[in-house]
Amino acid sequence: MTTEMNEAPAVETLTMAKAINRALRDAMSESNKVVLMGEDIGKLGGVFRVTEGLSAEFGEKRVMDSPLGEAGIIGTSIGLAMKGYRPVPEIQFDGFVFPAFNQITSQLSKMHGRTGKNFEVPVTIRIPFGGVIGSVEHHSESPEALFAHTPGLRVVTASSPHDAYWGLRKSIESPDPVIFFEPKRRYWMKGAVNFGHTNFDPFTAEVVRAGKDLTIATYGALVPVALAAAQAAQEGGYSVEVIDLRSISPLDVETVAESVNKTGRLVIAHEAPTFGGMGGELSASITERCFYSLEAPVLRVGGFHMPYPVAKVEEEYVPGIDRILEAIERSFTY
Amino acid sequence: MPEQQTTVEVPSNPWGIPARLQLLNEEAQLQHDDKFSPYVEDIDRETLQQVYRTMMLTRRFDDEATALQRQGQLALWAPCKGQEAAQVGSAFATRPEDFIFPSYREHGVAISRGIDPGELLALFRGVNTCGWKPQDHNFQAYTLVLAAQVPHATGYAMGLNFDADFGNERDPNSDEKPAVLAYFGDGSSTEGEVHESMVFAASYNAPVLFFVQNNQWAISVPFSTQSRVPIATRAAGYGFEGLRVDGNDILAVVAATRYALEKIRAGEGPVLIEAETYRLGAHTTADDPTKYRTNEELESRTLHEPIGRLEKYLRAQGTPDSFFEELMAEVKEYGASVRNSALNLQNPRFEDFFERVYASAHPLVQEEAQWFQEYQEGFEEQN
Ligand SMILES: Cc1ncc(C[n+]2csc(CCOP(=O)(O)OP(=O)(O)O)c2C)c(N)n1
Ligand SMILES: [Mg+2]
Repeated sequence: MTTEMNEAPAVETLTMAKAINRALRDAMSESNKVVLMGEDIGKLGGVFRVTEGLSAEFGEKRVMDSPLGEAGIIGTSIGLAMKGYRPVPEIQFDGFVFPAFNQITSQLSKMHGRTGKNFEVPVTIRIPFGGVIGSVEHHSESPEALFAHTPGLRVVTASSPHDAYWGLRKSIESPDPVIFFEPKRRYWMKGAVNFGHTNFDPFTAEVVRAGKDLTIATYGALVPVALAAAQAAQEGGYSVEVIDLRSISPLDVETVAESVNKTGRLVIAHEAPTFGGMGGELSASITERCFYSLEAPVLRVGGFHMPYPVAKVEEEYVPGIDRILEAIERSFTY
Repeated sequence: MPEQQTTVEVPSNPWGIPARLQLLNEEAQLQHDDKFSPYVEDIDRETLQQVYRTMMLTRRFDDEATALQRQGQLALWAPCKGQEAAQVGSAFATRPEDFIFPSYREHGVAISRGIDPGELLALFRGVNTCGWKPQDHNFQAYTLVLAAQVPHATGYAMGLNFDADFGNERDPNSDEKPAVLAYFGDGSSTEGEVHESMVFAASYNAPVLFFVQNNQWAISVPFSTQSRVPIATRAAGYGFEGLRVDGNDILAVVAATRYALEKIRAGEGPVLIEAETYRLGAHTTADDPTKYRTNEELESRTLHEPIGRLEKYLRAQGTPDSFFEELMAEVKEYGASVRNSALNLQNPRFEDFFERVYASAHPLVQEEAQWFQEYQEGFEEQN
């Protein structure tokens, strides 16, 4: 046996669910201060099997199948963090975070400042988000703007297994609370995870496709959709750059501004309703910074001003390739 | 030091756990209870046969829906198998004017309230969020956010009191005294909204019955994680009565619910019933219960399921074979009709969802609806 064979390969192909599982496992192995809490995350391994095997490996004390109360899960996570732990609570679905909204927005976000910087509360809340999984009410929502609007919270997403692994590792290491949104329809998407990427910064955007005529900024589950739209636009003769924002708060406006100063056009896409969404924030920031570079107004493609609709029509609600292409077309014909 | 004998009195039931009511035991033998037996004395065999029929229809409906989901015809299904006595029994004890707030597994209650299979399946087929008009059945839409319906039920009950106090009753001469029922599960009982609801219900003496089906599991989490004592024990802490019943015993469920509703109608405030039952099926069709519960547990619980117990009792009471045979035929036909009603559900039009967001015109929604229409027409022109 060679020594190399005993070492874990630096790069492995994993599904996003497995990459997140690995991130939790590695974080827990490194520090016994990392504890998990949530509904059905232990024996069952979570409804998406993201925490599978962790209860068996680390025991029921560190992987808690908690009583059924989100305010309790987040509120006690805050207390655990004050006692020196790094809790990683799971909210089972996006639509079920709201019983904990008070604890997150009034307490978690403010604890550091309001205790005169004497308490850090490194709580990382994992939330599967987004739609197109054919589910029922409250299982397909995108509430990220509600949290990004709250000072004191960091809000992060991932669009690939690699970013999910490192995004979560770095979120857990962060001294600030992080809401980590996992695009649930990509849990089974495979990709290479480079375990050597230790200087990964989850609070930055990444250019995932280079182009020169127009920029698409998006995040989460829509990144592959935007890439497909860019590819289709390429066939129509447009060179489209795609940026995965990754972090929603902080928002890496610099990376987007640099791109827009080059392309002069920006389309922002997200599943969340357009009104009051992240697209509006980014659009304003870019208009402020890139006014003289812009050749067309910044356009937003998002969900409509309605509750996430029933499964039979959800694909008409969520932006797909066609909706993004339509916006690209509108930008060019402005 | 002088020898001193101190006797510390250890109460046998320090938390005041309510006794478990059973009127028809596991062997289908009648049990007598001074307080509760009178509440089912009037129920003759024919009536009980009708209750049995509804339980059988519920079981068949549930099996059919599970099969439909397996065949890709439903997005999801939450089976109620094993909970038919708790559901049909409690619904049987209600009056049509009582208003019910279900969670999402109360199919036996829904069927008892006259909701059609297709209406009930619309949510699970992903064509609608509520397939029926709640006011037609005094049965609210299913609620999927756990426990959220419990304060609604309490507020609705407060409104019933206001109606009487403010003279807003539809018919002031009517002797109807409607009550409200809130259904929720053992897991949901942990949510803060349940606590707040009980405080409000007590403070305002709201005519509401909190009906907990303790089916022992909240997905993969056992009841022991939610509570050290039966949930019925909590009622005393809020200052109202808590009853604990064998939820697979149809007579106990009917008696307890009738008793509770009588008390509530008399203005004697909220009541909590905990029906101890068992979820024989998966949490939903997306769940794999073999990950967290043993086959032995399931087998022993299956022995105590409610329909077999009632059938045994009915047969002992002299219900003829022909009744069961005819019912089997009816149930089979019903199964086919459930299937058809699911497959015949109309797919919704996305456009219609713009119209339901607000009760009055909203410019942003109108603008988006208009945009969407033009966007769609753009495709039609291309084709
Ligand atoms: C607020 C909220 N949190 C989590 C969920 C996800 N979830 C759906 S059902 C369920 C378990 C509910 O258990 P219980 O209340 O006992 O009802 P049962 O399903 O057993 O009928 C969970 C955790 C939810 N629907 N709503
Ligand atoms: Mg339960």
